[in-house]
Amino acid sequence: MTLILFAFLALIALAGGLGVVLSRNPVHSALSLLLNFASIAVIYFLLHAQFLGVVQVIVYAGAIVVLFLFVVMLIGGNIGPYRHGSRTVTSVIAVGLAAAFLALVVWSVVQVLPMSATPVGAPDAGSVQAVGMALYTDYLVPFELASLLLLVGMLGGVVLARRYQPFAEDETQ
Amino acid sequence: MMIDYLPLLILFVVAAVFAAIAIIMPSLIGPKNPNKMKQEPIESGMIPFTDARQRFPVQYYMVAVLFILFDIEVVFMYPWAVLLNKLKVFGLIEMGFFLLILLIGYVYVWRKGAFEWD
Amino acid sequence: MNLPHIDFSVITPELIVIATALVVMLAEFVGAHATPSPTRSHRIALIALLGLVLAALAAVAGLGRAATDIQGMLVADDLGRYLELVVLLAAALGLLLAWDYLPQFTKMHSEYYALYLLAVVGMMFMGKSTELITLFVSLEILSVALYVLTGFHRGQLAAGEAALKYFLLGAFSSAFFIYGAALLYGDTGSTHLVDIAARASGGFLTLAGLALLLVGFGFKLAVVPFHMWTPDVYQGAPTPVTAFMSVGTKAAAFVALFRVLQAAGVSYATWSLVLALLATLTMTWGNLAALRQSSLKRMLAYSSIAHAGYMLIGVTAGMQLGLSAVLFYLFAYAFMNIGAFAVVSLLERPGYHATQDATIDAARGLFARKPLLAVVMAIFLLSLAGVPPLAGFFGKLYLFNAAVQSGWIWLAIVGMINSVVSAYYYLRVTVLMFMTEADETSFLRSPLSNATGLAIAVAMVGTLLLGIFAGPWLQQLGQAALAFAGS
Repeated sequence: MTLILFAFLALIALAGGLGVVLSRNPVHSALSLLLNFASIAVIYFLLHAQFLGVVQVIVYAGAIVVLFLFVVMLIGGNIGPYRHGSRTVTSVIAVGLAAAFLALVVWSVVQVLPMSATPVGAPDAGSVQAVGMALYTDYLVPFELASLLLLVGMLGGVVLARRYQPFAEDETQ
Repeated sequence: MMIDYLPLLILFVVAAVFAAIAIIMPSLIGPKNPNKMKQEPIESGMIPFTDARQRFPVQYYMVAVLFILFDIEVVFMYPWAVLLNKLKVFGLIEMGFFLLILLIGYVYVWRKGAFEWD
Repeated sequence: MNLPHIDFSVITPELIVIATALVVMLAEFVGAHATPSPTRSHRIALIALLGLVLAALAAVAGLGRAATDIQGMLVADDLGRYLELVVLLAAALGLLLAWDYLPQFTKMHSEYYALYLLAVVGMMFMGKSTELITLFVSLEILSVALYVLTGFHRGQLAAGEAALKYFLLGAFSSAFFIYGAALLYGDTGSTHLVDIAARASGGFLTLAGLALLLVGFGFKLAVVPFHMWTPDVYQGAPTPVTAFMSVGTKAAAFVALFRVLQAAGVSYATWSLVLALLATLTMTWGNLAALRQSSLKRMLAYSSIAHAGYMLIGVTAGMQLGLSAVLFYLFAYAFMNIGAFAVVSLLERPGYHATQDATIDAARGLFARKPLLAVVMAIFLLSLAGVPPLAGFFGKLYLFNAAVQSGWIWLAIVGMINSVVSAYYYLRVTVLMFMTEADETSFLRSPLSNATGLAIAVAMVGTLLLGIFAGPWLQQLGQAALAFAGS
């Protein structure tokens, strides 16, 4: 049952991923990414990582994709496909690198296969309670540091995206 | 375990079937006599004057970035709220620090006028 | 359920800088100076400077105390305290450079100093992290702050290009870093460096995880072949930012690298060869590319790549010998490199829409126009080249010495040859300053402001004093290194 569900979801995720890469319209790419995120979220649920699944939906599918769409529209949705330089050469290189990366991942999975037979942690290690307990006691420091990271993001957003104000030279005098 | 999600699955299926029916049925049973006006995109009664695919102003980006930041803040509060009974005062204090820093960021962003459109 | 006990004294300097950053952020909304003006900018800068000095005092007060930690996430040992001092020193010097530089091109003073201070906080936390997630979040704090600071000059196309390049490549390197951390976690079931050291299998997962972490560090350190962003970013960023990040990022990343390598779970022989090769590549490439530059900032950018290579020699030499040499070099580099950037910032033509990048020709005839400034710049450049008895010379001496003592004789020789090559481009600028007449290409921002003057003076004194008291200072640092290596 789980295996069938996983295969189904993995296929959808894969289709979404391919859609991101192969689509010539950046808006379609962003929407394919949404499909990919959503199916990955369900895979997290399958792995009993409920909190991760929820975060995946709220943050990635909810916020990140919207940001991507805004950025695409900011640059202009009509710019059309990127056509600079030789497409075949770049695709050969890209496919080669992707294959090498796949080989690396497969190799590392094969290396640990005997270990993965035993589940890591308690069966409910991915639940909201368990993750929260770890986050708010053992991993307190990175949690508090995350607030600083968010603060930097706020400052950075304001600095870079505020309307461009030409600087009056005479103000420095 | 997985059986807990069965209601969710049923909900998804019902929603999908409902949407499919809403799309398919009108094209099957509805009358069709198109003319030029009817073929135009719906713009709430307005006549469309440009392509919908325009460049968005940068303010949208600003809104989206701030939304993500506060979205993540709320995500952090979710497990905290679930656990507050166990964490007690300690939980309040640690979330207090977290929120204090983000509150100062919020005040800054607000005073800077980043929530205003222009 | 037992709730953790938090010892705030571990992070006193960081807390001071964070508080300062928050004050600085809101400072622009307070008081009569609500309109952007140089006066307001100076007031904000003064608050920031006070925060940095207080934090440095807190760090000094802690020196020599026993190491304490917070839940094994952050540790306050002497290594961390010296790192804080390097970062705070670089930050204070860079802040003095920005004092008069910043109001020339932007109105966003609060934002600049707040981001600047948060970058400082990120660096300080990074050097104190003993756990991979804390390390990663600190790394991201400093990175994101620096991406924005790089693009702070909104009127300039080059700044935007630099920020975008830095951001895209930086995000990519962060992905490598976090992947490496994930593999190490998969291998050991813990993100704490102590547990990783104890439980690492030493097999494929450990190696791959460590290699990916190295890629992430290599990017931050501008190590060849992960250096591609460096010249563009150093050139496009405002000069005070360039000066600060060339030292601060390196310091934080090198100390963090030492902590990770100590817990590598892989034998010294395995990783030291990789690092030796990277050091060789980095030094050679940086120096050869610097030979061909006509922009002063680009030249110093390639030179900083080369210096990262020299410091990698120290990492290769290992904890016992290399660490104190690298720490010494970081202090020396903070003084001489920021000093050189300070003089370069004076050679740039200011203006909102196009700050002219200072070319080597801008230094023409500097001696005839400002003799003292030319002499000072020459001292910085000679120190970077490694001429005795300046700080840079002893820095290199200790690094090469550490390499020889730990058996890396060929690496020390490569380093020496590189120093000779590097002398060519440092001396070229010196010759231009002293031996040529000023012409229409030469330029100097005048009058020399007090803040920039102070920064140059401090850097100058530091470069000389570190040269004179090199031995005792190295011994001091050696104790911190010994405490760390023994732990």
